[in-house]
Amino acid sequence: MRKLGLACLLAALCMGGGLGGASARADDFSGLASPQFDDVSASITALAANGSAQADAALQALETHHLFSGADGALFIRAGEVCQNARTGEATTCPEEGLKPVRVNNRIRKALAGVQAVRELSAQQPAERIKAAETFYARHDAAFLPALDRALSSEKIPAVREKLMQAHAATVLAQPPAEGAQAARLKAVGFLADVGGLEARGLLAGVAANVGEAPEVRHAAQSAVSRIDWHLRIWSVLQNAFYGLSYGSVLLLAATGLAITFGVMGVINMAHGEMMMIGAYVTWLVQQGIQMTVPALEPFALLIAIPAAFVVCGGLGVVIERCLIRFLYGRPLETLLATWGLSLVLQQVTRSLFGPTNIAVQTPAWLSGSLALGGLDITLNRLAILVFAGLVLGGLMLVLRRTPLGLQMRAVTQNRRMAALMGIRTPKVDALAFGLGAGLAGLAGVAVSQIDNVSPNLGQSYIIDSFMVVVFGGVGNLWGTLAAAMALGMGGKVLEPTIGAVSAKIAILVLVIAYIQRHPRGMFPVRGRGIES
Amino acid sequence: MPRTMPNLSRRAFGRLALASSAAAFGGALGSGYARAATPKGDPIKVGILHSLSGTMAISETTLKDVMLMLIAEQNRKGGLLGRPLEPVVVDPASNWPLFAEKARQLLSVDKASAVFGCWTSVSRKSVLPVFEELNGILFYPVQYEGQECSRNIFYTGAAPNQQAIPAVDYLLSEDGGGAKRFALVGTDYIYPRTTNQILVSYLKSKGIADEDIMVNYTPFGQSDWQTIVSQIKAFGAAGKKTAVVSTINGDANVPFYKELGNQGISATDLPVMAFSVGEEELAGMDTKPLVGQLAAWNYFESIETPANAAFIKQWHTYTKQPKRTTNDPMEAHYIGFNMWVQAVTKAGTTDHDKVIDAMVGIRQPNLTGGVAEMLPDHHLTKPVFIGEIQDDGQFSVVWKTPALVPGQAWSPWVAQTKDLIGDWRQPIACGNYNSATKTCLSHKHA
Repeated sequence: MRKLGLACLLAALCMGGGLGGASARADDFSGLASPQFDDVSASITALAANGSAQADAALQALETHHLFSGADGALFIRAGEVCQNARTGEATTCPEEGLKPVRVNNRIRKALAGVQAVRELSAQQPAERIKAAETFYARHDAAFLPALDRALSSEKIPAVREKLMQAHAATVLAQPPAEGAQAARLKAVGFLADVGGLEARGLLAGVAANVGEAPEVRHAAQSAVSRIDWHLRIWSVLQNAFYGLSYGSVLLLAATGLAITFGVMGVINMAHGEMMMIGAYVTWLVQQGIQMTVPALEPFALLIAIPAAFVVCGGLGVVIERCLIRFLYGRPLETLLATWGLSLVLQQVTRSLFGPTNIAVQTPAWLSGSLALGGLDITLNRLAILVFAGLVLGGLMLVLRRTPLGLQMRAVTQNRRMAALMGIRTPKVDALAFGLGAGLAGLAGVAVSQIDNVSPNLGQSYIIDSFMVVVFGGVGNLWGTLAAAMALGMGGKVLEPTIGAVSAKIAILVLVIAYIQRHPRGMFPVRGRGIES
Repeated sequence: MPRTMPNLSRRAFGRLALASSAAAFGGALGSGYARAATPKGDPIKVGILHSLSGTMAISETTLKDVMLMLIAEQNRKGGLLGRPLEPVVVDPASNWPLFAEKARQLLSVDKASAVFGCWTSVSRKSVLPVFEELNGILFYPVQYEGQECSRNIFYTGAAPNQQAIPAVDYLLSEDGGGAKRFALVGTDYIYPRTTNQILVSYLKSKGIADEDIMVNYTPFGQSDWQTIVSQIKAFGAAGKKTAVVSTINGDANVPFYKELGNQGISATDLPVMAFSVGEEELAGMDTKPLVGQLAAWNYFESIETPANAAFIKQWHTYTKQPKRTTNDPMEAHYIGFNMWVQAVTKAGTTDHDKVIDAMVGIRQPNLTGGVAEMLPDHHLTKPVFIGEIQDDGQFSVVWKTPALVPGQAWSPWVAQTKDLIGDWRQPIACGNYNSATKTCLSHKHA
């Protein structure tokens, strides 16, 4: 404090003397104007301790990028064209030039978050105090020990107390062992052992490996680590199972449309991926449109995009069938070439219309982030896709089993001539069936836009996997498609952690090929009199 | 940035000199423009070898556009040697063998005086023998893994010591978080593998233990990052400050960053330093969850210099898209093209051998300050910037190297190449000269 006073005095003298030595204006604020992050960081600590309204305002402005430094270390809080002297709080005119934003990097952001957490410790809401305690737990930084001690001495609510004790234990253990701290450390080890989880394990493993630690502390830490490891292993198996399900559900969504066009109708549809791509672009268009017209509906744009993508892609599918596919029934090679050409045309058209670069499809807030379920970490967008895939498959089953269109489709695929004799207009059924497949691909596009990048190339990364799923599952069998998608998804995710993503992909391909060699009709071949050999 | 002003005026001077020489060549025929004569005579052909379709179109189309813009401007300024420049655009369609075919066509059919092109290392490796056989000139504008030094290629992007090494230095420093543990995550091909090989050896020299380095590769276009991100998370929870160095390529970045955001990993806990993510890639992402993630480049659109402002304005006017971003490889083409123009002017001819000899030592101001110089190993001197992603999709520069870094073709951090240098001047005139044994190895070494 005395040092500071002296500096102020010096500054006053310099100013008074007309020397203009602005650099000598050393107060809590001055570090903010420095180009060195060291100084900015020191200034943040000083301002946090200062606690005045101006200091708080300056920190807030720094966090929101509203703090600017001018000539001679002057600091301004700028909102639009209005400026305010950061030190005094009085309104001034913004300098014409030389105003530079105070730069924020991760180090500064971290320091600010620390200040924020200390402030939250004395917040009214218990939830905020818990959040602060969690921050301290994750940081386990010795600098926060006094603040934690203070909070612990006054905290009444058990739930918050619990969290604070955990944070305290983690912070104590993160420090190197000191003389006579053995009992406290032993207690802390016990605490962390109950908390469990990756962070606790990391800290405890550090303690167990530290030769400077007292033997009984090390021993306790060691046994805690093995206990946590056992828990983690179980959770990681479950976590992997979720990853597998989630990956499988993406494959399933991508393949469902193809299961209709290729599986049921027998059209080798290379443009299937492009239907997905168009579905994703429709999602983007719907989002843009809603943003411009009814911003209030923005969070639900994705839901509105679902029927829109189905209708657009389905309609396009009907047009494609009428104009191209229907001339090629029974000529698989030509169909393959024609649809492949069509896929190139669709890609290039998209590229010309929307540009070759990725477009940003927004993920609504209710789909961002993750859900902690015990030791499981379930990301919401993946969970949504899992549910969506189930709904789409269920819906498709209903259409095929319970509607006249489904009945007619099955009749036509089983025996076209007989169906025609019964008065079914087979061309119309063909067009609608192809449209249904394309519409389903559009739905997949909506889902994929939430996890992958949306560019004209989107379809190409899914077409191979989709064919693999349909063929592996057994052409013409929806249950087979489901089983194959889940088998491939699970298989990939089980192999990936041990042999790496590249080898896992190769291994899966080899396994599928080997399986198809033995069982050319896939896992669930369709049997029946109507099926041609 | 006070150094920029004299540089600019030097450039303006060069422009004037060029214009007047062009006027002298063309006589008094210059009618349309006051400052330059209309070029006439046989056009000088400039090849543009960038994919306009296929997976790489997303990155390379922009470079084709920037080349067309630079050539158009040069023609407006009076062309080159009084002759107009004519762009020859071919589309190698992201197909590596087709790159070699198109390169051959540009050199032997179109007789291109210089070719600007390629993005991926595999495309450069596929055209390299063609350029050496037919003695062409290729300007390669993308940051790459180094370990190559051809007489016929000018590497205007960064070598590893101009991007990867300074980036890791920043992560190790206190400002960068003081990382003690590194996860090196990349797409499985030559650039990430070589870069990671260099980085592992560099990190070890900095005292990072083996168990504190994790290396992971994924296939091209990886879209399901759940397992790998959770592995990184577990790796980062070992009690030491951890950083991720990403050499993930192209399209795979978007799902990777989305997964990071969804699993709740923020830049303050686990910073990710990327070498292939630029303004262009960010354009397709919602950057709010990514604020604070890092990238190392030699150019950022957000760097405020008069030259950069003029370049961005020219780009917006040319493309008629006022929001289109600029990026690092675009600046590399800007520097490379202007250097080639200078070298041709200096040599007074477009003859390949004479131009190649004239190139070494040519200086061209960077858009971000400082002057790039073509070194004897055909690499450039470059400033290195570390940028943090902002919520508006731009980068804010948080660190830069104190001086320009000269590019090294051969990495001193790889045992087999630590003694190698490239020097295409006489008397060495060798791309892989062993300075210990004083011998020139064959090209096979690369």
